[in-house]
Formats: sequence, C-alpha cells, structure tokens
Amino acid sequence: MKAVFLRDLRLAFRLGGGAGQSLAFFLIAITLLALGVGPAPDLLSRLAPGALWVFALLACLLSLDRLFQADYEDGSLDHLLLAPTPLEGVALAKSAAHWLTTAAPLALFAPVLGAMLNLPDAAMGTLVTALLLGTPALSLIGAIGAALTVGVRRGGLLLSLLVLPLYLPTLIFGAMAVRAAAEGLPVLEPLALLGALTLGCAALGPFAAAAALRINLS
Amino acid sequence: MNNSIWTFANPHNFMRLSGVVAPWAAALAAITLAIGLGWSLFATPPDYQQKETIKIFFIHVPAAMMAVNIYAVMVIASLIGLIRSHPVSHLVAKAAAPIGAAFTLVAIITGALWGQPMWGAWWVWDARLTSVLILLFFYLGYLALWNAIEDPVKAADLASILCLVGSLFAFMSRYAVEFWNTLHQGASLSLDKESHVADVYYAPLLVMILGVYLLFIALLMVGVRTEIRARRLRALRIAQIGQADAALTRTAAAGNPASAQ
Repeated sequence: MKAVFLRDLRLAFRLGGGAGQSLAFFLIAITLLALGVGPAPDLLSRLAPGALWVFALLACLLSLDRLFQADYEDGSLDHLLLAPTPLEGVALAKSAAHWLTTAAPLALFAPVLGAMLNLPDAAMGTLVTALLLGTPALSLIGAIGAALTVGVRRGGLLLSLLVLPLYLPTLIFGAMAVRAAAEGLPVLEPLALLGALTLGCAALGPFAAAAALRINLS
Repeated sequence: MNNSIWTFANPHNFMRLSGVVAPWAAALAAITLAIGLGWSLFATPPDYQQKETIKIFFIHVPAAMMAVNIYAVMVIASLIGLIRSHPVSHLVAKAAAPIGAAFTLVAIITGALWGQPMWGAWWVWDARLTSVLILLFFYLGYLALWNAIEDPVKAADLASILCLVGSLFAFMSRYAVEFWNTLHQGASLSLDKESHVADVYYAPLLVMILGVYLLFIALLMVGVRTEIRARRLRALRIAQIGQADAALTRTAAAGNPASAQ
C-alpha cells in the first residue's frame, strides 16, 4: 500500500505533471473569471468563495482520468489485483497520492488566489481549512468514477458526467464555510459537515472503487 | 415452479408473466389517465388565486413523484441484481432509467410552465427545484455509463454500483441543497401544496397518480422485454459468427491441407 502510494507520488512528480499543472490551471481559471465578469472588486469578492471551490473541483476532475487508466493499459493493475494488498488498499493509496499531488497544493496556494479575487482576509484561514478538509473527499469520490470508467476509451466527458453530481454536497458545504467566514458568521457547522463527508468517503469510497475495478478487470 | 419472486430471474418466466401483464397495464393506464385527465382538466373548478394554471398541478405532481420513486425502484433493482446476479433485475433498472429521466424532465418542464405565470420566472434556485434537477443529472450519468460500456454483463454490474453510490449522494445532495438555500434566503416560495389541497382537486389527483403508476408498469415491462429480446438477438448473432468461423476454417482445411497445418 505504501509502495503504491510512493510510486504514484514519484510518477506524478517525475512526469512534471501533478501539482504544477493544477496550480497553473487554477490561476488561469481565476484570470478567466475576472476577465469574464469584469474587475469590480466587490463583485469578485462575492463570487470568490464559490468560484475558488468550483475551480478546485474542476482541477481535481481534470486529473482523474489518469488515476487508474495508465495502470490499466500497461497491465500493472492486473498485478496489483494479484498482489497480497487488497484492491481497496490500492484504491485508498492512489486516492491519497492523487490528493497530495493535485488538491493539497491548491489548498495551500488558495490564499494567493483568494487575495486576487479580493476575498476578505478574515476568510483566508477558513478557505485553507475548508479546502484541506473537503478536497480529500473529491479524490476519493473521483476514484470511484475513475474506476467505473477505466475500460472506456476517451471517457473524459463521461467521467465528468458521473463524478460532478457526486461532488455537489462537498461544493455546497465548502463554499458555504468560506462564505460564512467572509460574512463573519460561525463556520464550525459547515466545516464539521465537510470533515464528516471526507471521513465517510474514506470509509466507503475505496470499497466502491475496488468493486468497480474488479468488475472491469474480470 | 415454486411461487418465489426469484423464479422471474429466469428471463423465460419473466417473458411469460410480462407478456400477460404489459397489455393489461397499458390498457388500464390508458383508461385511468383518460378519466384522470378529463376529470382534472375539464371537471374541476379554476382556483380562486391561480385560475386555470392550477391544472398543471395534475401532471406536475404525479411526474415529480414518479421521478423520485423510479430512482428508488432502480436502487432496489440494482441491489438485487448485484447481490444475486439476477439478470432480469439489472434489466429492470436499465429499463426504468429512461422512464424516470422522462418523468423528471416532465416535472421540470411543467414546473417551469407553472412557475412563469405564478412567480414571474421560469426557473428559481429553490431547494426543491434544484434537487429535482440534480436527480436528472444522476439519471443521465447512469444512462451514459450503460451506453459507454460494450460488454453488457460488465455494464450491468458497473451501472448498479453507480446507482447505489448515486443514491447515497442524491440523498445527501437533497439535504445539502436545503441547507444551502436556507442560508441564502427564507423559503419565499413554498411548493408544499400537497398538504393543503382541497378535496375537489385531491380525488382527480389520486386518479392521475394511479394512472402514471400503471403507465410506468406498462412501459417498464415493454422496456425489459425489449432488452431481453435484444440480448437474445446478440447471443444468436455471436453464435452465428462462431458457426461461420468454424465453417470457414473447415473449408480452408479441406481446400488446402498444407496451410491448415
């Protein structure tokens, strides 16, 4: 399990993909938003909580299709199926590696983008906390979608159709926490719900993903 | 033949039963819907506030009910299909999905048509409207997965996993959306009409609900029968190709014994 985790991390970094690319995507998306709606600071600061979460969701989604597919195509997934580590563990390790290489850097980098969108300083801490608490759920849910579509060629659009509806609760609670912080309201409730979502997904997601992988490999 | 529900896991038994049930359900649905529509559209008085637009209600409410109930049917069918490898159950889930998506769409469209004169807007981001829209996405994703995977056995199992995971998230989304909307604004538009519907409207509504249930049963039976026949056709075709292949190798071997070696 640890070996799979480290291998995925190494692959992400050596291919120069992962973190850098999703950060660049995040930055471009913010620029597009500002160019699209105009530079008015108060409008941007109102849009910021939702926009940052939506872009984090999309950044996570765009890197999902390779989660199992490369291993499926070159046959290493068949070896992982035969390995003593249960496939559930492999799915969990791969989701964790995916999170560390895409969403975690976004979360740490988010205050810079928040500042660009004129998000109040008071909300920065909550933004980082909410992203750190909520984005693991995105990787775990995404692993289910990636496992379901691993045998489908050019399944990118299908994957987004399957996974985006599953991301709705995370988006709602995440954006709600940041908005509440920006308005000076208590944030504990949405943050607790985000944490619960991540824990629930960590408990159930790998089982669903592993079941889907087994069907696809049979 | 014992009288357990599992006998219908055998497509042959299912075909025999559904061949009898489908036409009866279709005929009853036609009669009930004709009575229901006639009664609700022509024989009920216009509402003192909503005038004639109240009549959209008789299609909107049953459609919205079916949108949710058919998803529940799919969840149960997927669960049985996954646990007992029950082929007909998988096909029930598959055949129910487009019907459910259609009812969801009908509910959304009639809702928009009703909302325009009542609220002055085709669409508002009310919690209930939003969760019906989300339900439509779950139907579409489910159908897309079935269509994307060629091997029908794999597709059935994968789609049922998606349906089960989706049901959890659809349920969560429903409550998350309520939470989201109440933070924004109080419920300025209450859609809770069912609780205070006058008797004049209640009786024809019940007839309509009965009618759409019968319609669903009829459409579902026809859908599953079509799926079973499509499977048989596929199996026949594969067998034919296999036979043709065998014949081809035989003639090749007879014509040129050296190359067949």
